[in-house]
Amino acid sequence: MTPVTAVSPIKPWRPTRRDYIVQCGILVGSFFASYLVIENTGFAGRLPLVIFFGIFAITSLAILSGMKRGKEAAKDAVMAGAAYTGIFALLLPVASILWTVTSRGTAAIYSGFFTTDMSQDPFSSTLDVGGIKHALIGTIWLIVIALIISVPLGILTALYLTEIKGPGSALIRFLVQAMSGIPSIVAGLFIYSALISGTGRGFSGFMGALALSILMIPTVARTAEEVLKLVPPDLREAGLALGATQWKTVALVVIPAAKSGLVTAVILGVARIAGETAPLLFTTGGADDTNLNPFDGNMGSIPFYIWKALIDGSPEAASRAWAGIFILMLAVLALFALARFLSRAKIVK
Amino acid sequence: MSNTEKEDGSMNSTATPTTGTRTTSLGDVATASAAARARPEQPVGSGLEARNVHAWFGKYHAISDMSLDFPTGTVTALIGPSGCGKSTFLRTLNRMHEFIPGAAMAGEVLLHGKDIYAPGTDVTKIRLKIGMVFQKPNPFPSMTIGENVLAGIKLAQLKVANKNDLMEECLERAGLWNEVKDRLNQPGGSLSGGQQQRLCIARSLAVRPEVLLMDEPCSALDPGSTLKIEETISELAKTMTIIIVTHNMQQAARVSDYTAFLLSDGGPGQIVEFAPTREIFTRPKDKRTENYVTGRFG
Amino acid sequence: MVGATLRVRKARSVTIADIQRPHPSPTPRILESKPRPSDRIFRGIVALGGFSSLIILGLIAGYLFFRGFSILQSEGLSFITGYEWVSSINSDGSEGAAQSTYGVGAMLIGTLVTAAIALVIGVPVSVFAALYLTFFAPQRIKRVLVTVVDLMAAFPSILFGLWGLYVLMEPGMYVAELLNKYLEWIPIFAVPVPVFLRSPFIAGLVLAVMIIPIVTAVSREIFAQTPLDRIQAAYALGASKWAMIKNVAFPYSYSGVVGGAMLGLGRAMGETVAVFTVLNILYQANFKILLGAGGNLASHIILKFGEASEEEIKALMAAGFILFLMTLAVNMLANVIVNKTGRRGR
Repeated sequence: MTPVTAVSPIKPWRPTRRDYIVQCGILVGSFFASYLVIENTGFAGRLPLVIFFGIFAITSLAILSGMKRGKEAAKDAVMAGAAYTGIFALLLPVASILWTVTSRGTAAIYSGFFTTDMSQDPFSSTLDVGGIKHALIGTIWLIVIALIISVPLGILTALYLTEIKGPGSALIRFLVQAMSGIPSIVAGLFIYSALISGTGRGFSGFMGALALSILMIPTVARTAEEVLKLVPPDLREAGLALGATQWKTVALVVIPAAKSGLVTAVILGVARIAGETAPLLFTTGGADDTNLNPFDGNMGSIPFYIWKALIDGSPEAASRAWAGIFILMLAVLALFALARFLSRAKIVK
Repeated sequence: MSNTEKEDGSMNSTATPTTGTRTTSLGDVATASAAARARPEQPVGSGLEARNVHAWFGKYHAISDMSLDFPTGTVTALIGPSGCGKSTFLRTLNRMHEFIPGAAMAGEVLLHGKDIYAPGTDVTKIRLKIGMVFQKPNPFPSMTIGENVLAGIKLAQLKVANKNDLMEECLERAGLWNEVKDRLNQPGGSLSGGQQQRLCIARSLAVRPEVLLMDEPCSALDPGSTLKIEETISELAKTMTIIIVTHNMQQAARVSDYTAFLLSDGGPGQIVEFAPTREIFTRPKDKRTENYVTGRFG
Repeated sequence: MVGATLRVRKARSVTIADIQRPHPSPTPRILESKPRPSDRIFRGIVALGGFSSLIILGLIAGYLFFRGFSILQSEGLSFITGYEWVSSINSDGSEGAAQSTYGVGAMLIGTLVTAAIALVIGVPVSVFAALYLTFFAPQRIKRVLVTVVDLMAAFPSILFGLWGLYVLMEPGMYVAELLNKYLEWIPIFAVPVPVFLRSPFIAGLVLAVMIIPIVTAVSREIFAQTPLDRIQAAYALGASKWAMIKNVAFPYSYSGVVGGAMLGLGRAMGETVAVFTVLNILYQANFKILLGAGGNLASHIILKFGEASEEEIKALMAAGFILFLMTLAVNMLANVIVNKTGRRGR
């Protein structure tokens, strides 16, 4: 082969430097135009600024494309503008929420925040007293009990759908999907109507955990089903060909193969219920004092703590609410990161 | 042939001389087909020319330094073993290569002397002039047969005086009109494989391309449909330039005026030899070409 | 004839007739295998677990209906259509002035109004965001953004309530005033009094933000499934990206996107805490969305629960039953639509 003089790959379809400069110019110009409009008309504030900027920018880019390459190109530019606007409109609230939580969430956290509960002080008291000890313990109890109930039921449901594929599988799959759309208030109302109202039993952590399980089972079941479906059928056949019974094959071959995926399913289930408030309002009673017994007596929880702070309405209570949400968000983010890490680790393996 | 130097300019300087044996049946087919087509021995200056074209997928150098001049009104076949870069090269000719993430290229592709990769070129207009038919027929299932033919018009919002006339003309040229004229309202997916492919050909014709690229158009079809499409190709070549990638050497011999043999020796694909089809199959100049066309490998 | 012994026969050769004579097809053997006891137990347990969702759903429907039955019976259809919610027993247990009337009509309207606002604002944003993610985003950014969207779906609803109340309220009210000022001639934008605080509009905004991650995620998955050969065919014909999206991606994905929007609708209809926080819950059917009054069924239940008499609790159970049926219907329909798109692969 003739030695070819080194040729460098290029991407001539990418926008050139000149294109970028022109686009930046248009964006800057639109910004100024928008600013001028705001100054000289009755509109005020950041929102109109952004809206006018968007309108000017997309219109000018569309006109520019249209002049160079015709009507179709102009429509193309408008579509691209709409897509960029869409993703921006999605990211803006997310950024705002994350920013608000981090900036307001730490105000109420002081040294004793995690070691005191709210039994001594009302939510409107100054921020150097009171804390979420009771809420932390409550949420942990709720999650633990919900896990014990939901994980077996969820995974069994998934196993029924993937391993046994018995009659009614289509119905079950459909119902699980439908169940994941149940409003959380309905779950709480159900437990209340079935187990609390008219029975003389009172609120308790266990009741709350039951309500949460109703919400958690479908999440675990659906994710677990997807994960189990990914286990190649050859693995199962190998197990059966070795003479193992079906349950041994499932227990010793299929489930270990899907292990990290199943853990991910569980983690996602926990993330789903960790922040649920409405079901707890009907089932746990929301105590302010620390209750270590989940089966007897009102139980606090982080969402209920936030709820109570919200209802109180005073500025100190508001700070407490943000602090509670801050802790909750840290937990959800941690769970998410863990789930991602696990699924990526599986792929790398 | 007066164009020999230019066409062979892509050959490697270390071409291995052949032993001089004549390859028989393919050569006969090629000779017979050329006689049947009776095209002018010296075609007019080309509309489409590739100069020093390279293509990468990320870091992988797929094709290297490919230069070809496609004479107007001819059919050029690109042959070679699997993976030698035929389809990749084809896709650089109508700028479909760039859709693959990580794609990069080098070199020029000239249409009427203007590089289609020049900055500021409207790529959608290029693709109207250089059309493509794919290996697996892909009519739009949500459109009727009639709508499929006119799909290119609708997508590019072209103005057409009489849509029905255009539809009939394209289906006629694709050899499909008689079979579908009574059922233009049926969905595009309701045809057989061969018919679907001819529908796709009709669809490409509607936007009046000057060049038609065909990427193994018959490899998914039965011999009957294949023959019909080859007839269509011969007809179409009277008014446009056709470049066809094919695995099937008989097809190349039947259908093309010129053939380019591509090879990738573990490295990026390159053009080994380019000559009139008759010569590639009867008197190939390069040993590797001879090995390939006599079936010793590939 | 497997296994038949070959016997040497005299003077009879096989004729064509022999070969052509129809042979009786062998009857298939019936294969039986009894599952071992351990497997029987295994299958039993799994089946029980598998049917748990059926059981739970049945129980939920059953109990809510059962508890609320007496109220449903006495009110009849006017439970759904009636616009009054009056409890004859005051919260302190004393006899109140009026007879009890329970009708959730006003709150059903409220549910639909707030959910509709959420859809009108949330679905276009989601669809365009999904288009961006599928057809415009560079690979690395896309991965990050998809994670962000998934994360957003995991935000607790009380967070949206807090954020809606403390952060969104002001700009929301500002927009409401603008809408009122310039578009007052449209009936829904008129207000009898200029009270813009905690209106259904703001609640709808918050709900929109809540449903965006769901609708975006579903839409994105559907868009990504658009068959590549059709996309390539469109581009090869000289289509611009816009033309491809309009003529190939949208027709293919349309029903899936609708299904995703319905999932969002289900979520918006059942949302409790966020609405309760952000909306001024008053028992009236309010179509003037910029005015600070209204409610939805879920938030109404929460509001009344704290101090409800026993009779009123029954009415709340009945209301919960209605809510359950509504959201179940919407969700089931949504899933049917979404599943149909994936499988049919138009």
